[in-house]
Amino acid sequence: MTSPAASGPVVEARGLAFAFGARQVVTGVTLEVGAGEIVGLVGPNGSGKSTIVRVLSGVLPGYDGSARVAGREVRSISPRELARTLAVVPQEPTFGFAFTAIEIVLMGRHPHLGGLAFESERDIALAEQALVRCGAADLARRSIHELSAGERQRIVFARALAQEPRACLLDEPASFLDIRHQVELYDLVREIATEQHVAVLTVLHDLNLAAEYCDRIYLLRDGRIEAGGATADVLTYPNLKRVFDTDVYVDVNAVTGKLLVVPLPGRIQRRSDA
Amino acid sequence: MSGRAAQARLAGVVLGTGALLGVALVLAASVGAGRASLWALFGPADEIERAILLDVRLPRVVLAAILGGALTVAGAVFQALLRNPLADPYVLGVSGGASIGGIVALLFGAGSATILGSLGVPAAAFAGALAALLLIERVATVGGRLSVYTLLLTGAIFNAFSAALIYFLQSIASLEELHGIVFYLMGRIPSYAASEIAVLGFAVVATVVALTAMARDYNALSLGEEGARQLGVDVERVKRRTFVLGSLLTALAVSVAGLVGFVGLVVPHVLRRLLGPDHRLLLPAAFLGGAAFLVLADLVARVLVAPSELPVGVVTALVGGPFFLYLLRGSTRDFTGR
Repeated sequence: MTSPAASGPVVEARGLAFAFGARQVVTGVTLEVGAGEIVGLVGPNGSGKSTIVRVLSGVLPGYDGSARVAGREVRSISPRELARTLAVVPQEPTFGFAFTAIEIVLMGRHPHLGGLAFESERDIALAEQALVRCGAADLARRSIHELSAGERQRIVFARALAQEPRACLLDEPASFLDIRHQVELYDLVREIATEQHVAVLTVLHDLNLAAEYCDRIYLLRDGRIEAGGATADVLTYPNLKRVFDTDVYVDVNAVTGKLLVVPLPGRIQRRSDA
Repeated sequence: MSGRAAQARLAGVVLGTGALLGVALVLAASVGAGRASLWALFGPADEIERAILLDVRLPRVVLAAILGGALTVAGAVFQALLRNPLADPYVLGVSGGASIGGIVALLFGAGSATILGSLGVPAAAFAGALAALLLIERVATVGGRLSVYTLLLTGAIFNAFSAALIYFLQSIASLEELHGIVFYLMGRIPSYAASEIAVLGFAVVATVVALTAMARDYNALSLGEEGARQLGVDVERVKRRTFVLGSLLTALAVSVAGLVGFVGLVVPHVLRRLLGPDHRLLLPAAFLGGAAFLVLADLVARVLVAPSELPVGVVTALVGGPFFLYLLRGSTRDFTGR
């Protein structure tokens, strides 16, 4: 296994800042993701998680500071080169026309193909393998518009796999999935990270998924990193209370040995305040 | 589908729509006022028959094919750009500029008796279209990026403004001029010399090839601009090229033939139903299929009220409108081909 330290981080931000007009949404963010690592971005709504993902994915070139993928500044890499290195799974993918699932997955091969070229046998094999890995082989010929949100998310993840990336950005990919598919998706993310040394940066709302799957976590609030480090050191009661401004119960999951985080209802919080 | 199968499918689609166009061309060249059979070209025949075919019918039929292909490809790429299957070649406003240019020429300048001859009005219309294109691109460029929403709004407003200006010009025109304007706006296939048609055909085919080169980018663009960017598409470049090249196709077509409606809306829609949304198949099929459609529509326009003839734009709208409604109603799928 490659050690992250030996090859340097695959995804990296140094003093990253971004503003939509006058509204500053990300300030002084420094983070890194090494090969084979799953790193979580956790924080309340509007804390800048998705903006960080979008900057790193190249769609917001007007950032300050540094955002690097595979050692190169994002704004200076061509879209095509960036897409050969980095795959993105958005929160709510949109599909304009009625492509079939396999056609959507094959779009992952776009950055690897020449201008007018049709996909080769290898491209098609890669797309089919990706569908199989995501448990979606039976959906291949279905129109993307006929699929459920969870099925679509698996297709989009299969597309990211077909892209053969060195790094993958996931923006809350599990938010529309039921618990079984959440677990299956992140099991798959873990496999890809470990076996293919893909660097994974994922935005998560579910703190227990974060606790279970992330090697490290950055906790964000108001566009700044409040805490960063090993998952068990970051998802603590004081950190979560400060960042989310709500009470949580933190314990150890008796089955997995990872942290267990449960938000507490308001009436209990009021009682403990009294 | 394997890569080789996809290529075979493309070949099949090109052969199929190409054969359709071939049949349409032969049919349209064989029928019309004045007796002239296609065989006249091959055997010993009288000069009049040859003249009718070579100087009157063939140029017109070929011109209809070129314009039909241009309008349909323009419609298909605007639909891809706007991610909206209801877009047509006229939606982004360039046609408004062309109409104004053409009408101004009709009213104040190039009469058909001048040296410029039949080129006067088209040249003025094309100039009007280019001016509109530059203006709209400038307005829709926000912070160095071409905004698709602003483009759509700008186009709609520019079209409304053009319509008002055209009404104004009509209100000050004489009765004969008014007749000319109305016929120009309704869309008709004019008589052009073979050399003019060759130049036009070259320009259209070159533009269509340049647009087809972006076919896979259009597929990715259906995932939204950010989605396409994240798959390696240079979205800004694709948007700008598509707007400019698609507008050029529209400008050429409107300058020559006026506002022939529904071709660029109905034909891509039907083809998307038949072939699926992959633009690598759709764009070549749109060119050949759109060409066949307008050739046949022009044939109907010529024979329906012979010896007089209808404006072809009236035929395309009369056929295209109900057919489009039928497609929408007769299917469990919605507009996007779901």
